[in-house]
Amino acid sequence: MSTVGGLEHPIDPLADAPPEGWVAGRSPWALAAHKLVRNRMAMAALAVFLGIVVVSFMGPFYADHIAHTDPFTSQLTATTVINGKRVDVLQQGGGVLKLGETPIGPTWQRNYFLGADSQGRDVAARVLYGGRTSLTIGIGSAVICSLLAVIVGMVAGFYGGVTDSIISRGLDVVWAFPVYLLAISIATVLLTQGLTIGPFSISASSLWLPTLIIAVIYVPYVARPVRGAVLSVREKEFIEAAIAQGASNRRLIFNEILPNVITVLIVLLPLMIATTILTESALSYLSIGVQPPNASWGTIINDGQQLLYTRPWVAIAPGIMIVLTVLSLNVFGDGVRDALDPRAKLRVKD
Amino acid sequence: MVLAWNGIGSSIDPAVDYDQNWTLLNMIYDGLVTWKKVGGSDGNTLVPDLAQQIPQATDGGKTYVFHLRPGIAYSNGTPVKASDFLRAIEREFTVPGPVGSFYQGIVGGDACAKTPKTCDLSKGIVVDDATGTVTFHLTSPDPDFLQKLALPFGYAVPSNTPDKEVGPSNPLPATGPYMIDHYTPNQEILLVRNPKFHEWSKDAQPQGYPDKIDIRLSLTSEAEVTMVEHGQADWMYDQPPSDRLNEIATQYTNQVHLNPVPQVYHMALNTRVAPFDNVKVRQAVNYATDRAAIIKAWGGPQVATPTCQILPPDFPGYAAYCPYTTNPGDGKWHGPDMAKAQQLVAESGTKGQKVAVICTPDEASKAVCLYFVSLLKQLGYDSSIKVLSAAVEYPYVQDSSNKAQISFSYWYPDYPSGADWFDVVVGCNGFHPNSSASANLSEFCDPTIQKMTEKAIQTSVTDQAAANQMWSQVDKATTDQAPWVSLFLPKHIDFVSSRVGNYIFDPNVLVGGILIDQAWVK
Repeated sequence: MSTVGGLEHPIDPLADAPPEGWVAGRSPWALAAHKLVRNRMAMAALAVFLGIVVVSFMGPFYADHIAHTDPFTSQLTATTVINGKRVDVLQQGGGVLKLGETPIGPTWQRNYFLGADSQGRDVAARVLYGGRTSLTIGIGSAVICSLLAVIVGMVAGFYGGVTDSIISRGLDVVWAFPVYLLAISIATVLLTQGLTIGPFSISASSLWLPTLIIAVIYVPYVARPVRGAVLSVREKEFIEAAIAQGASNRRLIFNEILPNVITVLIVLLPLMIATTILTESALSYLSIGVQPPNASWGTIINDGQQLLYTRPWVAIAPGIMIVLTVLSLNVFGDGVRDALDPRAKLRVKD
Repeated sequence: MVLAWNGIGSSIDPAVDYDQNWTLLNMIYDGLVTWKKVGGSDGNTLVPDLAQQIPQATDGGKTYVFHLRPGIAYSNGTPVKASDFLRAIEREFTVPGPVGSFYQGIVGGDACAKTPKTCDLSKGIVVDDATGTVTFHLTSPDPDFLQKLALPFGYAVPSNTPDKEVGPSNPLPATGPYMIDHYTPNQEILLVRNPKFHEWSKDAQPQGYPDKIDIRLSLTSEAEVTMVEHGQADWMYDQPPSDRLNEIATQYTNQVHLNPVPQVYHMALNTRVAPFDNVKVRQAVNYATDRAAIIKAWGGPQVATPTCQILPPDFPGYAAYCPYTTNPGDGKWHGPDMAKAQQLVAESGTKGQKVAVICTPDEASKAVCLYFVSLLKQLGYDSSIKVLSAAVEYPYVQDSSNKAQISFSYWYPDYPSGADWFDVVVGCNGFHPNSSASANLSEFCDPTIQKMTEKAIQTSVTDQAAANQMWSQVDKATTDQAPWVSLFLPKHIDFVSSRVGNYIFDPNVLVGGILIDQAWVK
């Protein structure tokens, strides 16, 4: 006799169909997915995020086939046709003095939909391209960070002792620096000369540079919870059982511990992506992230800062995209946490 | 009078500050000579200040004897003495200041440059406090020596002034019409009338109109514009940002003043690093550059004029010259010649090489650099931009070990002499390998042109008119070698409040804008 779901049923292993009253078992992953799908806020947030991803990755199509513009080339003396009239993209100031050159404002048409920046480039096209860059760096650095953190956290938590002490103190050192200060310091140094490690060389203008910098500075923030989870799982009975059966360290790490700590990463990943996108935007805004003429949301806000009085959309548009992206990732991340964290059961309607 | 200012630059010590605060320092301190404080080109005329008259050089141009005006005292009551000038110049080595090399030609100057701590110029600057006589002995004639003495590094300081930078808490006593009442870094400097000042020369140091000059610090140029618009400030030190130009020009037309200044904005091409070590490439970029487009990025044709050459107009030796244009011949720039540029690039065989364009993060600088990234791509180069913070960029591009290829820069001459261009910023003597104090960013050193430069310097000791002819030839020869892409000559924009009267623009390097103390507020 065994019990399933608290009901007593005789089990006949030879029967083809489950007996009456049988409740099909669900894996924890299926339960979590079920909870996540039923969380409307989280699903709406995911839809917004995916929408931003799709739209951003359509940047080249928009620039080539809709706006017919090159968003990376200076268009200082360019003209465009608005309502059948050919006009300068940078328009000379009025009055007696005719001072200043003001970029064309939002036309709400196919070309220069959000207006031009001070180089005469199409802001809408640049925001889309910028999204592609910001998302690529944000997701890339979050994934690299997670991989590094899993390795570091697993080794520290599993082997313990001196290994753990050395790794943990190393993480403490990185943690001790304010994250933006560390990022700015590393970026400022590497931007003047690029990065060369052995045969590998990354130029100062490469997107890999901000991606790696951001990935590295956040490793302690992910490695610590991973290490904590490993320490906790290590004490479980099934680990002891596996050890008693003669399981190798490799088997223990990859088959027993990793599947049980991966939820930590899954919960953290959306939040990490949101954080890394914010960090990338901040560095690029400070001119030490993505290098022009490449666009990221941060560089475009920087471009728009000097145009706030006359052409606020240059800064507002990428700002809105950052807010929507980070908000959607945070809400979705909360949903993932609620779905995977049993303590959050009461907070999610099932 | 209230002034809005982004930030006081390096220092309020005349021995240390280089250019950033001269607008203020020239109202507070005085040297033996100065430039006439008037509007227009007459502002570059040298006049005696604390000296009774400008002496003629004797001993073959190697000796200058000054006699001090009697009865002049610092704001603390101490009389100004001859020995104060010895102290001032020695401090340029001992503090140290940024331009010790300006005074290295004084007897003893070489030793001071080598061992600043033990600097002793008493043989080169012989002083007699009793008679108020200051005698300078030079190792060789220097036709620009008087101009160099007029810079703030030559301002009188009490002979007990220490060999260290003087800070905000203990500013030096004043000789001019104003003195520093208090200075709170990043907040405010208040200038009040110097009770010991009396006008000894209207040309050199006229009495000022405002009773107090209150300088509010740490303001963005956007905030400065708004303050002037609202009457909360009477003048903004910084140039108005480009997105506010149309607004101030249309709504505050009578409060905007535009004046040309003797600056040349340019791209410095490193003549020792590929691909710009090839003169054809340098000339190609010069031909290809659309200076009208760059002027658009800078604020439009009302705030800048295109140029192709090194010297600015109204400068000694200037003769209009522009070979890098369509339809050359009249000395003016008419448009880019892309076909010629592409032909030169093809002949150079440098297509496809990597080029990093270096600039600072400010909007205008970045706009110009982005233009050049696009242009170099058009010419077939693999170009990118390298944006460095303002604090890092200038030392970086000066240091030849960094092999900076092309960078956006400008030159505002320290004094009105061809030597300050051709012997410093594009001359052999301005290039110091592996040093972050090397003004010759192009690392340009052409032996033939250098000989022409030295001849012009020698000639200017005795015959300024002939020297000016020579500077004109040096200008042409240098422009042909294209160490720069000379871009435009800017106009200085002064935006003043509606209550400001008696606006006078002085183009001299000490002021470079409104004569603050000659303006009044209603």
